[in-house]
Amino acid sequence: MNPPSEIPPAAGRKSFSEALGESFWLSAIWLVCVIFFAVTADLWPLAEYDHMNWESPAAPPGTEIHAEIPGGGRPVEMKKVSLLGTDTMGRDILARLIFGARTSLAIGLVTPCIGMVIGGLLGMMAGFYRGRTEAVIVAVMDVILAFPGLVFLLAITFILGPGLDHIILALGLLTIPAFTRVARANTLRCARLEFVQSARMLGQSDIGILVQEILPNVIWPMIVYALLVVSYMIVAEGALSFLGLGVPAPTPSWGAMIAEGKEVLDKAPHVSLIPAMVMFLTVLSFNIMGDCLRRAVHPKEEQL
Amino acid sequence: MSALGKRALHLFLVVFAASSVTFLMVDLLPGDAAYQIAGDTATLEDVQAIREELGLNRSLVLRYMNWLADVARGDLGVSYLTREPVREAIMARLPVTIELMIAAQLIALVLSVPAGIYSGYRPRSCIDRILGSTSFAVMSIPVFVMALVLIYLFALKLGWLPATGYVPLSADPVANIRSMLLPALSIALVEWVPLMRVLRSDMIDTLHEDYILMARSKGLPTHTILFRHALRPSLFTLVTLFGIQVGHLIGGALIVETIFALPGIGRLLIGAIFSRDIIVVQGCILFIAVAYVAVNFLVDISYTLLDPRIRRGGGGWLTAPHIR
Repeated sequence: MNPPSEIPPAAGRKSFSEALGESFWLSAIWLVCVIFFAVTADLWPLAEYDHMNWESPAAPPGTEIHAEIPGGGRPVEMKKVSLLGTDTMGRDILARLIFGARTSLAIGLVTPCIGMVIGGLLGMMAGFYRGRTEAVIVAVMDVILAFPGLVFLLAITFILGPGLDHIILALGLLTIPAFTRVARANTLRCARLEFVQSARMLGQSDIGILVQEILPNVIWPMIVYALLVVSYMIVAEGALSFLGLGVPAPTPSWGAMIAEGKEVLDKAPHVSLIPAMVMFLTVLSFNIMGDCLRRAVHPKEEQL
Repeated sequence: MSALGKRALHLFLVVFAASSVTFLMVDLLPGDAAYQIAGDTATLEDVQAIREELGLNRSLVLRYMNWLADVARGDLGVSYLTREPVREAIMARLPVTIELMIAAQLIALVLSVPAGIYSGYRPRSCIDRILGSTSFAVMSIPVFVMALVLIYLFALKLGWLPATGYVPLSADPVANIRSMLLPALSIALVEWVPLMRVLRSDMIDTLHEDYILMARSKGLPTHTILFRHALRPSLFTLVTLFGIQVGHLIGGALIVETIFALPGIGRLLIGAIFSRDIIVVQGCILFIAVAYVAVNFLVDISYTLLDPRIRRGGGGWLTAPHIR
């Protein structure tokens, strides 16, 4: 039986980090592509994402379909190859994927920011001031955690009306407890250390210590955690679509595309499996990048 | 005892707060059960009459107080829509949810424990690397994508298992297991990964302990060392995480229940939310909150009883946000 320590750590670590480096850059390239297409979606000669073509519903990839292009006074008939096929309503999947990337990225990238700012602030206060402040903050977070997020999401969308911005707001508020925990744990860890004590002895104010000494030590773990939350939120959007609570039509989103395609899974699996693949690759890329960053921040954990 | 009592009081307050907030929130939703019962053709007077009958005209505080008093007597009320007692409605759905949970967690354990032990015993070996990268990929598959892929492969292409539907265990045990297999697999294939990863890292730590070196120098066979000496002390984080997963699944695996049309707690809750059946929503949420908190309480006890060295929180797994 070889004890694990017999493996030369240096050699193992080197090849490990090399392999990681590759996957890190591959994920980065994929994400840059997704973001690029999402930002420039209007500039590409794509079919309209909400144009329904009832003549060719659920057409397989590469089908030649008739497209009516409204130009000038009278519509012009022309044939067009649909690269990824059409969905159940005959809408072009490629166009919906690219415009849907906007929705998924908006949800994935904005929600963690809400959680990070509010949760980070609360967590740092809880970890720094301790006592009653901490007790109240922890109790409130426990209530939010024990409370089903779904009811909260429904309440928000019913009160404020359905819409992407309200879903983002509701999901963002739901991420606060997790960020509070991360911020509090890291604040607790470094508030005891010498540099905080010495800053206090030098007469620095509480806010000065929090911003100058503690924030730099809390922000990195939070960013690493935020990358994990990005993928959770992209998946959450899909889950909401399955429950009929997603982004309202006709705005395309990856989750809604997957959910709609479920109905024709036996005859036209591409309708839901293509967006599923895109969502998987995006989530995987965020996970890989988050993991690489985590290793960079906590090099000790690399052995595990 | 006092620490435990304090914790119990804290958890009780959490449940109480969660149920109050739910009552308030569901009340804020526009439209109420009266509209649902009256239907599309009803006049405003009809709706008013139904409100009168159900007591929906009374103030929010009064209704909440009434509900709390009933709950204290063990009565969760009667559904506005179906007239079904809420406790019976929950009890009728519970077997489905529990069966799904047990099946999913069993499969997850069968996959994760051997994989975790081996990876921890031979870190950086070929199999460990393969498991490591597969687990990373599997972790990125949303549960609804996993469900769709499984339905596509095993129900539509191969035709081995039914795609949706539920058969009660008492009606036909074989059909019941067949109908539960795909839903359980969809959950298990996603949940086994974090279990394997925590077991692996704890196993690596344990195998570096002195008493393992001692056992090894005495010439004990590898399997004895792994299973008798190393496994048990490495199980604590796995137990914790397992508890958290069970806590979530008791509330119903909403997405999986929806995709596979299983009549579990999750579908009861979401149906009740859509029809503003506030009494059923309240009942479900009370049940979910109590179950969640109870599981957390057990996990807390196991922390302090089993091993004081266990790290709490911190890891991304344990603090991950979730949608229930």
